[in-house]
Amino acid sequence: MPNIQTQGTEEVHPDVLLVNRAREGDVQAYEKLVKQYDRQVFRIAQHITQNREDAEDVVQDAFLKAYEKLDQFQGNSKFYTWLVRIAVNESLMRLRKRRTGRMVSIDEDVETDEGSMPRDLADWGPDPEMQYGQSELADILRKTIQGLPPGFRTVFVLRDVEGLSTEETAETLGLSVPAVKSRLLRARLQLRERLSRYFRKKKGDGAK
Amino acid sequence: MTCTEFIAQLDDLLEDRVTVTLRADLEEHLRGCEHCVITMNTTRKTIEIYRSHELYELPNELRERLQKAILAKCKKC
Repeated sequence: MPNIQTQGTEEVHPDVLLVNRAREGDVQAYEKLVKQYDRQVFRIAQHITQNREDAEDVVQDAFLKAYEKLDQFQGNSKFYTWLVRIAVNESLMRLRKRRTGRMVSIDEDVETDEGSMPRDLADWGPDPEMQYGQSELADILRKTIQGLPPGFRTVFVLRDVEGLSTEETAETLGLSVPAVKSRLLRARLQLRERLSRYFRKKKGDGAK
Repeated sequence: MTCTEFIAQLDDLLEDRVTVTLRADLEEHLRGCEHCVITMNTTRKTIEIYRSHELYELPNELRERLQKAILAKCKKC
């Protein structure tokens, strides 16, 4: 989204203008923010919670909490990353509840060595996803990413699926930049390895 | 350069955030290491596939219901 140039040299993100109006009680301004980001929040929540009902609840609760806390929004970060931080926390809370109170945090299960060095040497064909129908492929991709520990899955989703920068991902999750980089690398390598089961070249591929 | 050293730079290489000198070193490693070529290409493909497939769409009907519920609650704040 383009920034709006003000009379001075400072640029103001359009979201900040909407946030300012919403703070003054303009619910329609907030509605624009909801419509702009509800799909992304739903995707993130569904990826983390792996549960449709929980994801729906997260969308409602994250936007409501953000609205209630608009006064705390500093404006030195993007509204979207601030909102995502709330949504991630809500999602992790629900994941914890589903797991009958077992602690779930962004740090969970990240101390595994799996994924630090690739083991699978199998190459893929040029368009491996074409081996599957759209629905089957979507199932494979969902199943594969669901197998990652929450700490890796969340970093991968924010960084690679939603397109946040490394710095934004770090700020959103309360992690250091090196921690985000480390988890992202391991998440990518683990996903790659797991997808290889489906996408590896079969014997005879390429033979005429 | 070892494979471990190459993998440590893989993300920056995929995102084109390496210096010219480092890129030259990485490319030299790739010329002699099929394992790392495969790892790089399939990791890049992994990211592309996840970026280009919408796994969790929010259907319009549900979306409208959620929006109404959110805004109704906000108005009561």
